[in-house]
Amino acid sequence: MPRKPVAKFVVDHLQILDEKGQVDAKLDPGLPAERLLEMYRWMRLARELDERMLKLQRQGRLGTFPPNTGHEAVSVPIAMAMGPKDWFVGAFRETGGRLVRGEPLTSPLHYYNGWEEGNILPDAALRITPVSVVIGCQIPQAAGLAFASRYNGEDAVTVAFIGDGGTSEGDFHEGLNFAAVWKAPVVYVVQNNQWAISIPRSAQTSSRTLAQKALGFDIPCLQVDGNDALAMWVAINEALDHARSGKGPYLIEAVTYRLMMHTTADDPKKYRDEAEEKCAWEKEPLIRFRAYLAARGLWDDERDAALTAEAREQVDAAVRAFETPHDRADDTAFDHVYGTDHPHLHEQRAEFLANVRFDGGKEADHG
Amino acid sequence: MAKLTMVQAINLALVQEMERDRSVLVLGEDVGQDGGVFRVTDGLLEKFGKDRVLDTPLAESAILGTSIGMAMAGLRPVCEMQFCGFSYLMMGQYEAHATRMRARTQGQFTLPLVVRMPYGGGVRALEHHSESRETIWAHLPGAKVVLPSGPRNARALLTAAIRDPDPVVFMEPKHSYRAFREEVPDEPEVLPIGKCQVVQPGTDLTLVSWGAMMRPTLKAAAEVAEKRGVSIEIIDVLSIAPLDAATICDSVRRTGRCVVVQEAPRSFGPSSEITAQINDRAFLYLEAPVGRVTGYDVVTPYFGREKHYIPSAGRVARAIEQTLDF
Repeated sequence: MPRKPVAKFVVDHLQILDEKGQVDAKLDPGLPAERLLEMYRWMRLARELDERMLKLQRQGRLGTFPPNTGHEAVSVPIAMAMGPKDWFVGAFRETGGRLVRGEPLTSPLHYYNGWEEGNILPDAALRITPVSVVIGCQIPQAAGLAFASRYNGEDAVTVAFIGDGGTSEGDFHEGLNFAAVWKAPVVYVVQNNQWAISIPRSAQTSSRTLAQKALGFDIPCLQVDGNDALAMWVAINEALDHARSGKGPYLIEAVTYRLMMHTTADDPKKYRDEAEEKCAWEKEPLIRFRAYLAARGLWDDERDAALTAEAREQVDAAVRAFETPHDRADDTAFDHVYGTDHPHLHEQRAEFLANVRFDGGKEADHG
Repeated sequence: MAKLTMVQAINLALVQEMERDRSVLVLGEDVGQDGGVFRVTDGLLEKFGKDRVLDTPLAESAILGTSIGMAMAGLRPVCEMQFCGFSYLMMGQYEAHATRMRARTQGQFTLPLVVRMPYGGGVRALEHHSESRETIWAHLPGAKVVLPSGPRNARALLTAAIRDPDPVVFMEPKHSYRAFREEVPDEPEVLPIGKCQVVQPGTDLTLVSWGAMMRPTLKAAAEVAEKRGVSIEIIDVLSIAPLDAATICDSVRRTGRCVVVQEAPRSFGPSSEITAQINDRAFLYLEAPVGRVTGYDVVTPYFGREKHYIPSAGRVARAIEQTLDF
């Protein structure tokens, strides 16, 4: 028997709006003006919040957090395309998408200032899962959520995010495999921002694309310019249609760039070339989208100034609400260990409260 | 009422809970067509179909990870780790999410799921098939760890675990899977999680154990009671986490003497915690130091050497006598 090919795979790349704001007219989804403006408003708001959070962190008014600047065109169009029953399973660079889905602006502020309250949704029916700090765990969880949606007869798709580094985790591969075997209605989005803390994409994996990792599980995939909101819009709609129609999972690799540090606790100067960053700033998602809006006659300096002022006002209000003193109990952790009552926790809570009283409500001295 | 082995009793709990509640489903390696490597899930696939009895790919982390997703969406998955020895691959999902989701979201998302796993030695199995590792799971707040000792309490505790609002690690002593039968009522029965059971009242010594060790413990207690004419109170811990220290310490305050029997290695295990709890709550009532019969702090030997490593009735009997004679 002669040797013959039994399988061949192709990975496509999609870009509609290039870094100069030139649009491929044939591929332009032709979104109505109000949708385009909505998309830009969300991206601008996410950027404004991120910039403010960095200032707050540097002033000691916020804890360590992972800046999202540069990732807006990935999660905002995705969240806008999702239906109300769909699950949004974030990692930690999808603040824009979270806001679109209904998370208040105050949530990331509380969360990154050390308060679990930042995870609590105004309504659990919003179906946004909490930030997943440990890399990769959310990928099998998303397969489980998607399985449950189908099991319950819901017309719902789960969309789960991960970074380029995350695709090296065992859970990424295990989760994709389960989702594929179950034909679960789930879309995986790899935000390939080129850096996993200090490890460049080239040292992370020898795969030519991250999208192709899906092919090992026979999951269809598409590599997309993740700084191009129009391409992301087209890609996510294709992916959601695929998953919703019962064909199983889909994977999008969104190629973007982590313009800022991994978290405010590290300094990229230690591990990457500033020239590379400078070059990446020229391709960032907001500039080209603004150029596109202007070319369609939807944008000018006046509107830009008005939107900036509006975003600032929204963030100001959120920061004011966040910094208004909250009357929070010290012993909340004891309320949520179990859903049932256990005497040892009553005893330890009493001991804890006695110690709090002993410290006189002041910061305890930990040496 | 029927006389069932533990395997049959666990199967009965699964069948009845799946009949009672459509949100209960079973997943794991070989749990469907094969009925599980110990046949615990035998017949479930035929009865409930492949949507509710899922033969999963081989990946322990994803078995728990997908179960977490299912539970967040309101299902009650009962997943199986084929052996305790393979379960460590799920530790990331367990520590980072299963135990934390309720606290992380202050109760907005909860995870009513069960992880079943056979554990323990004495069945002449390969490496990684003989350990008793309840300590690992019990150390992490947010999940419950339950170890039944016989068919009847296995059925009642698994029923409770499936109905529980929190993640429960349900460790099945595989040495006891088919070693004996017990009368198990037809109607579902529930035992509270987080409660010990006094299986025999007594006045001279408190003997504490759980899981597979209950058999040598009961045997040793009967022998010493007859030989010495003493009255031994026997406690089956049942739940390692949360631990019902009150019941154990109340007993020790009455008897003044205590021996704890544990299959797991000695250090940092439940016997250490039980001893510390007695120290906290019953110190002035003690007539002797708390005695311990445990596994040793060594890598579990292959089965060719296991018989002297697993606590035996003889070792338990000697410890009881030493504690009585102190």
